[in-house]
Amino acid sequence: MSTFDLSNSSTDRGARRANTTITPQNAPNRRNTELAMLAFAVVLPVFAYANVGLAMDGTLPAGMLAYGLGMGALALVAHLVMRRFAPYADPLLLPLATLLNGLGLVMIWRLDKAGKLLASNYPAAANQLMWSGLGIAFFIGVIVLLKDHRILQRYTYISMAVALVLLAAPAFFPSRPGDFGAKIWIHIGSFSIQPGEFAKIILTIFFSGYLMVKRDALALASRRFMGLYLPRGRDLGPIIVVWLLSILILIFETDLGSSFLFFGLFVVMLYVATERTSWIVFGLIMSIGGATVVAMAEPHVKTRINAWLDPMAAFGPHPPAQSSEQIGQTLMAFGSGGVTGSGLGQGRSWLIQFAAKSDFILGSFGEELGLTGMMALFLLYGLIVQRGLRTAVAARDPFGKLLAVGLSSAFALQVFVVAGGVTGLIPLTGMTMPFLAQGGSSVVANWALIAILLKISDSARRPAAEPEPATAPSPAPAR
Amino acid sequence: MNKPIRRVSVFCLVLVLALLVRTNWVQGVQAQAWASNQHNDRNKYDRYAYPRGNIIVGGQPVTNSDFVNGLRYKYKRSWVDGPMYAPVTGYSSQSFGTSQLESLEDGILAGTDSRLFFRNTLDMLTGGDKKGGNVVTTINAKAQKAAFEGLGNKKGAAVAIDPRTGAILALVSTPSYDPGTFSGSTAADAKAWTDLNADPNKPMLNRALRETYPPGSTFKLITAAAAFETGMFQNPEDKTDTPNPYTLPGTKTVLKNASDTEPCENATLLVGMDFSCNTVFGKIGADLGKDKLRAQAEKFGFNNSQVDVPIRPSTSVFPTNSSPDGTAMDAIGQHDTRATPLQMAMVAAAIANNGSLMQPYLVDQEQAGNLAVVSKHSEKQLSQAVSPATAQKLQQLMESVVKNGTGTKAQIDGVTVGGKTGTAQHGQDNSGLPFAWFMSYAKGADGKQVAVAVVVEDGAAESREISGGSIAAPIAKSVMEAVVKG
Repeated sequence: MSTFDLSNSSTDRGARRANTTITPQNAPNRRNTELAMLAFAVVLPVFAYANVGLAMDGTLPAGMLAYGLGMGALALVAHLVMRRFAPYADPLLLPLATLLNGLGLVMIWRLDKAGKLLASNYPAAANQLMWSGLGIAFFIGVIVLLKDHRILQRYTYISMAVALVLLAAPAFFPSRPGDFGAKIWIHIGSFSIQPGEFAKIILTIFFSGYLMVKRDALALASRRFMGLYLPRGRDLGPIIVVWLLSILILIFETDLGSSFLFFGLFVVMLYVATERTSWIVFGLIMSIGGATVVAMAEPHVKTRINAWLDPMAAFGPHPPAQSSEQIGQTLMAFGSGGVTGSGLGQGRSWLIQFAAKSDFILGSFGEELGLTGMMALFLLYGLIVQRGLRTAVAARDPFGKLLAVGLSSAFALQVFVVAGGVTGLIPLTGMTMPFLAQGGSSVVANWALIAILLKISDSARRPAAEPEPATAPSPAPAR
Repeated sequence: MNKPIRRVSVFCLVLVLALLVRTNWVQGVQAQAWASNQHNDRNKYDRYAYPRGNIIVGGQPVTNSDFVNGLRYKYKRSWVDGPMYAPVTGYSSQSFGTSQLESLEDGILAGTDSRLFFRNTLDMLTGGDKKGGNVVTTINAKAQKAAFEGLGNKKGAAVAIDPRTGAILALVSTPSYDPGTFSGSTAADAKAWTDLNADPNKPMLNRALRETYPPGSTFKLITAAAAFETGMFQNPEDKTDTPNPYTLPGTKTVLKNASDTEPCENATLLVGMDFSCNTVFGKIGADLGKDKLRAQAEKFGFNNSQVDVPIRPSTSVFPTNSSPDGTAMDAIGQHDTRATPLQMAMVAAAIANNGSLMQPYLVDQEQAGNLAVVSKHSEKQLSQAVSPATAQKLQQLMESVVKNGTGTKAQIDGVTVGGKTGTAQHGQDNSGLPFAWFMSYAKGADGKQVAVAVVVEDGAAESREISGGSIAAPIAKSVMEAVVKG
C-alpha cells in the first residue's frame, strides 16, 4: 500500500497508466481533508453544547470537556482506522456523519434538561452517547474486517433469510404501550432494538447480489407487452416474493415508513440494475395499487392521512380517535422558530412531548436553529446521499454500484419520509432521522451503512493495480 | 449503470429540494401563523418568561411581576389592591388568559408590540434584559379608593371622569375579585377561577362598563336637554302644563310620582327636577316623540357601540321603536332605556363641560421598558351633546337638585355641585329591589372638575328604603371630594 502512496505523488503516473481499461482516479487520497473536516465536525457540536449550557444555566456545561475529548477521540480513532484500512475512501462521509451524530447528541442532552417536563425517555443523552460510541465501534469494525465489499456478495441468500427473520421478529414479541401502534421493536428486558434499521442494509445486500446476477436476464430476456418489456417469471419471481413478504410483514406490523422505504429501494435498484425505465412505470402502478389496498385495509393509515390533512384537529373540541397533537405541535415549533430560530436551549420543543428527541427531533432543531439550521441539516443529508451516489458512479464492479446506489437511496428515502412527515409535506409514517434521533439501533445501523459506503468508495478510488511491465513499459528513470 | 445512477441522483436531489421548499414554506411563509396559533403555548409561556410591564396609577405601579422561576413560567403577575383595581387592570393569568387592560395593552406590557421592535432589537444586541413596557392610567388613586370604600360590600359601580378631558379618574365595580388568586397555574388557581365564575354575585363582571341598568330618573336630564335644544322650553322656570297624575298617551295607564304630595302639577322644569317628577318628564318625552329624544340620547353616547376607553363598554340603549306611551316611560329612564354607569358619567361630564362630550379614556401613556413614551393620549371631542346655553340651563337644574331637591346629601362646602338622583324600577312588575343612581359633577375653586355616576344594585333590604339620594349620593360625594379637595 505504501508503494501506491509513493506513486501517487510521482509526476509520471499518468503516462504509466494511459493504457489501463479503467481510468484511474488520480485524485490524492484526501485523508488530510477528512481530518480537517472531522475537526470541524467535532468542534461545532462542542460549541453547540456550550451554547445550550449558557442559554439554560448561564454557565458552560460541566461535561463539555469530557464530551469534546470523548467525541474527538472517537472521531480520531475512526480517522486513523480510515488511514490504515480505507485510505482512498471519500473524505466527506465520516465528517458528515460525525457532525450529525454530535448535533443530535447535543439536542437530546438539551431536551433531557427539560426532563422534568418530559418524563418519558429521561434522561436519554447518556444512552445515546453509549450507542454512538457503539456505532463508531461498529463502523471501525466494518472498516477493518470487511476487506472488500465484494465479499458481501457471497451472502446474498443468507442476507435474504436474515432480513426476513429480522423483519418478522417484532411480530412475535409482545408490543408495549410505549410503542404507539407500530410493532417494530424487539424487547429483551429493558433493552430493545428496532430490527428494521438493520434490515434496510441487509435487504440492500440481497437486492444487490441477486440483481447483479440476474440483471442481464431481467433486462434482455423479456417479452414485449403493450410497449413495455416484461421479464420472465423465473428471473423476477424470487425478488418479487421477498419484497412482497417484507412489505406484508411491515404492513402487519403497521410500520408504514419502512414499507415505503423498502418499496422505493426495490424500484430504484431494479431500475439501476436493468437500466429500463419501464420499472419506474411498474413501480408507480404497484405503489398506487398497494397504497390503495393498504389505505382501505388499515385504519392506522387513515388516521395518519387525516392527521396530515388537518394537523390541528387534535386540538379541537372533538379530537378524532387516536389523533395526536404532535404534528400540530411540531408545525407550531417550526413556526415559532421562524427564520433564525430561538437559539439552542431557548425553545420550547418539549411541547412536542416525548417524541421531541426521537421521531420529531427535526421539530426541536427547527425551533431552535430556525429555517437556516433546517436548510443546513437538509444539505448535510443531501451531501451524504450525493457522496454515496458519487461512489456508485465511481465503483468499478456492478455489485458495488448496486450496493452503493441502494444504501444511498435508502438513506435518502428515509430522510425524505421522516423530514417530509415531520414538516407536513407528506403523511407521517414514523421513522427516525438518521444520526440525529434518539435510538440505538438507528445510530448503529447508520454508522454501519456509512462504513460500507466508505469501503466501496475506497475500492472505487483506489488506483488501479500496477499494470504489467510487458504491456506498459515504464519510462526511463529520470536520473 | 451510470446513466440510471445519475438519474437516481437527480431524483434524490429533487427529494432534498422538496424538503427545502417545504421548510421554507412552513418556517418562512407560514411561520407567523403557526407562531401565533391559539394552541401554541409558547405565547403563553413567553408572556411570563421575563418581567411583564406594569400598570401605573398616580405614578405608582398597581401590578407586579414576581419571579417564581417555575418550569414553564418564570414570572407570575400580582396586583396591589387587586379587588380595587381589577375593573381597570383586568387579569393576566398563566392559565386563564388576560382581560381588559392586561389584554388590550398586552403588546406593550409583554414587550411584543411592533412599536417596541427597534428598542427590543437594540436590547437584544446590547445584551439588555428583556422586559415589558408600562401603561400609565388616568386613574386618581384617591378617587378610586373613595369609590371602592363607599360602595363597600354593596353591589354596584362608580365611574368618575374629568369633564374637560374625558380622563377616567375612578372605575370601580363591586363585589370585586383579586386577580392574584388565579394568576398562576396551580390547582389552587384553577379552583379560585372556577369559584369566581360560579359565584352568583358575578364578581368578575365589570359593572362600571359591562352592565347596563335602567337609568331611572337620571335620564330626565337628557329629556330636559332635548326639551331645551328643540326649543320646547326656554328656561328652567318655564311652566310645563302637566296634569298630576298623567295618563300615558293611548292608554288608560296612569303615571304617578313618588308621592302624591309633591308639587308636580303644572310644575316648572326646576321644580320638576328638584322633586324628580315622573309626570313632568314623562309628558315632555311623549310630547317630543321618540325620534327627538333618541337623537339627543345618541349625542350623549347612547346606541354607540364603540365608546372604547380602550376597554369596550356595553352599548347603552335608547330604543328606536317604542309606542308613544313607551316613549313616555323611556323618557324617565324606565321601559327599554338602558345605560352603563360610564354612560351616565359621560352625560354628567358633558353637561359640566358646557355641552362638549370628550372621549373617555383610561390610558394616558404607553411606555417602553426604559420608560420612554411610546404613545400619549390626545384629547378628543366625541360630540357637542348640547349647546353651551342648554348646558348652562341643565347645570342650573342639577345644582338646584343638590341645593333644594333630592340630592342634598351630595353637598360639599365651598364647591359647586350639581347632581341628579335616580331610583330605577326593574324586574317583572318592578318586583326587584330598585337600583339607586346618582350622577353628579363638582367644580372646585381651584378649577378641579369631576363628573361621577354611581349605581347601587341592592342598597337596602327593602324597596322603600332605597333611593338614589340616600344610598348613591354619599358615595358620589366622597369621590368628588377626593378629586376637588384632594
